[in-house]
Amino acid sequence: MLSRVANSLYWMSRYIERAENIARIVDVNLQLLLDLRNLNEERLAKHWLPIVQTTGDEEQFFALHHKATAQTVTEFLVFQPENANSIVSSICSARENARMVRDQITVELWEELNRLYWFVRTPTARQVWRESPSEFFQQIKNSSLLIIGLTYATLIHNEGWWFAQVGKYIERADKTSRILDLRYETLPEKGLPETVSETDALEWSAILRSCSAWDAYKTIHGAEVSPRLVAEFLLLNEDFPRSVRFCVDELNNALRKISGVAGGKFCNDAEKLAGRLVAELQFMTIDEIFDVGLHGYLDRLQGKLNDIGGALFNAYIFQNFNNLEDEIMVQQEEQQQQSGSRSSSIVTRY
Amino acid sequence: MTNQTKLQPSVSLLNGYRAEDFFDEMVGPGENLRPHYARFRELFQSLTLAEFENKRQSVDLAFLRQGVTFNVYGDSAGTEKIFPFDLLPRIIPAKEWEFLERGLVQRITALNLFLHDLYHEQKILKDGVIPPYYILSGKHFRREFVNFNVPKDIYIHVCGTDLIRDDQGNYLVLEDNGRCPSGVSYVLENRRAMKRTFPQMFERVGVRSVEDYPRELLRMLQYIAPAGVSDPTVVLLTPGAANSAYFEHTYLARQMGIEIVEGRDLVVRDARVFMRTTKGLQPVHVIYRRLDDDFLDPTIFRRDSMLGVPGLVHAYRTGNVSLANSIGTGIADDKVMYHFVPKMIKYYLDQEPIIPNVATYLANEEADKKYILDHMEELVVKAANESGGYGMLIGPKATKAEVAEFRKKVEAEPRNYIAQPTISLSRHPTHVTDGLFEGRHIDLRPYIISGEKTVIVPGGLTRVALRKGSLVVNSSQGGGSKDTWVLYGDE
Repeated sequence: MLSRVANSLYWMSRYIERAENIARIVDVNLQLLLDLRNLNEERLAKHWLPIVQTTGDEEQFFALHHKATAQTVTEFLVFQPENANSIVSSICSARENARMVRDQITVELWEELNRLYWFVRTPTARQVWRESPSEFFQQIKNSSLLIIGLTYATLIHNEGWWFAQVGKYIERADKTSRILDLRYETLPEKGLPETVSETDALEWSAILRSCSAWDAYKTIHGAEVSPRLVAEFLLLNEDFPRSVRFCVDELNNALRKISGVAGGKFCNDAEKLAGRLVAELQFMTIDEIFDVGLHGYLDRLQGKLNDIGGALFNAYIFQNFNNLEDEIMVQQEEQQQQSGSRSSSIVTRY
Repeated sequence: MTNQTKLQPSVSLLNGYRAEDFFDEMVGPGENLRPHYARFRELFQSLTLAEFENKRQSVDLAFLRQGVTFNVYGDSAGTEKIFPFDLLPRIIPAKEWEFLERGLVQRITALNLFLHDLYHEQKILKDGVIPPYYILSGKHFRREFVNFNVPKDIYIHVCGTDLIRDDQGNYLVLEDNGRCPSGVSYVLENRRAMKRTFPQMFERVGVRSVEDYPRELLRMLQYIAPAGVSDPTVVLLTPGAANSAYFEHTYLARQMGIEIVEGRDLVVRDARVFMRTTKGLQPVHVIYRRLDDDFLDPTIFRRDSMLGVPGLVHAYRTGNVSLANSIGTGIADDKVMYHFVPKMIKYYLDQEPIIPNVATYLANEEADKKYILDHMEELVVKAANESGGYGMLIGPKATKAEVAEFRKKVEAEPRNYIAQPTISLSRHPTHVTDGLFEGRHIDLRPYIISGEKTVIVPGGLTRVALRKGSLVVNSSQGGGSKDTWVLYGDE
């Protein structure tokens, strides 16, 4: 498989996953506001700002907007073309990557991705958004899920497919950890909060909803929502497909499908780092995590996921090659050395 | 379909369509229907206007959804557009196609013989049939490839020859595109769209299939593999996603089941070409390149080209990789060379051209130049090495200023200009708006593959100038396309 193609498949599925996650975050938080009508402006800012922070684009946000309000944050996260991680930008990037590997993906997958692209690119998107934001987000989420399903059900599960899986699970693990970090300001630096107010409980259940985890969580813990249980569920649950542990397991598995190296061994840094993270999440308890502080832990976790992505790039995508000028020199030297053997009737241009 | 339009069944599609003073593909002398359109028109007229509108819109939507688009350079309103598609097919009866096929095979045979000769013995120059000056001054003549033997001695592997019909219905060759002609993906996609839209028509009208094209193309590419390579790796080299024909590149690669690569995916080591894969470097044997000569290899041609592969030409010369089309075919695209093609046919094949050329005046010849300058307002003046409808003056439609500008150009660089009489291209009924059909000028580009044998997929791309009265059919200039039906029979 061409390295460039592997790279595009990886990013195509990362961007789709990103668009879907942002759609869920914004959707859930808009709905949450309906339950929190008596919030003052300060509390509102505290509600919206962390959402920008989760995406890691705070600096750019303030370059474009003065304050974090429902309007500015949703505009920034949904439509803003200057924000490379907005929903619309992510969909455009996913589609651009798909276009570059159009020959590697199926008609079904391409048409759906292309349909989603034209949906967000035409003025009707804003109209749908204005009339009913949740309808708008529903369309994005459904389309993303359809794309994930089409990827699973229509693409051949070859090397390229596994690269797409790696992209999806890295992005999903990263986004789950960032969503979980939304309310870190209400937590002590280390340890668990002493009390959980009603507003806090609503906000922590919003975190679950942002990860499509509400129903799954309830089957295990009932309606009791506490930061400890939510964090445990989203970080360490073995079976929930959006928990960090689940995603890292799948990611590790996909890496080994690509290389053919068995578990417990590694042939590149991506596998080494992924294997370590798998072990860490398997043999870690939520209390240990709160003891060192959830926010700090999540921060380091995101760093580790980044490192895995970087190592993957180094192992498969980026191969040492000369820059163009050097390459031209090398080739010209080689040609000159051989030109003596050429027929003399050939007139060369240089 | 809405009730409202159903209430007007008396409005029959294509009723009242007139050829007027043009040669019309559908309607002949006395406004009589040509027999090869009879079955189609009968079936077509059973549609209501609303049904037709439905079909038209769903085809447009399907093209957009499938991404059957071309990129528009320098257009900020969104860089992708669908190539406007007209639902009325252009129909060619069997006998006419058989004639065209013979003419095209004759022409490509002569062109390949000419290129071989030009890059070897140059007999045609020594015998005075073509003045050597025109070759030596040709922008696309690659003198560094003189005496180089191309694989299987084929130069133009894929040729797109533009055909037109004059006001008497005579077919004429307008130009030969022997570098990287594009558009064939629209032939295949237009057909798919038509089959979806009018499934019942194909069998009843008796239309020949075009589906074989990708297989024939791949067969040819495998045929030209370097000697000794039994299972060659074939790739398609594209300039990248920003290129106007990118859709076509991915389309063809997918249909052939080969990798589509960009220059940066390839690397040359020891005069062999490899592609960078996740498992390291893998050898490449045949490259269907959709990149002009100038951009292929920055060590030989344009050094600023970021699209090419350093060392590629060296690998090609060493015989480790084959290219389609060969390097240096651009000289045959030169519109001055076009003028000499009938002479080539006579010289190499000792035959008369089956499909004639359009009369061509070379500005570099004194008598011709005088004629061109005296008759600018009547002629079509073309730059010798431009394509896509750029660098062209249509005298009868040009303003005084435009004529003056071209006059200056012709006087300054006579070698680079030719002129031809303005041909009143044949017209074809084309949907204008709300069920109204008018005649629009069309041309035809068949695609000719030269491998072990010469293969022409029945028909080709029919382009239509959608603007009323316009004679320019290029997609970059407001052109659209039609499906082209070659019939099994003559009616």
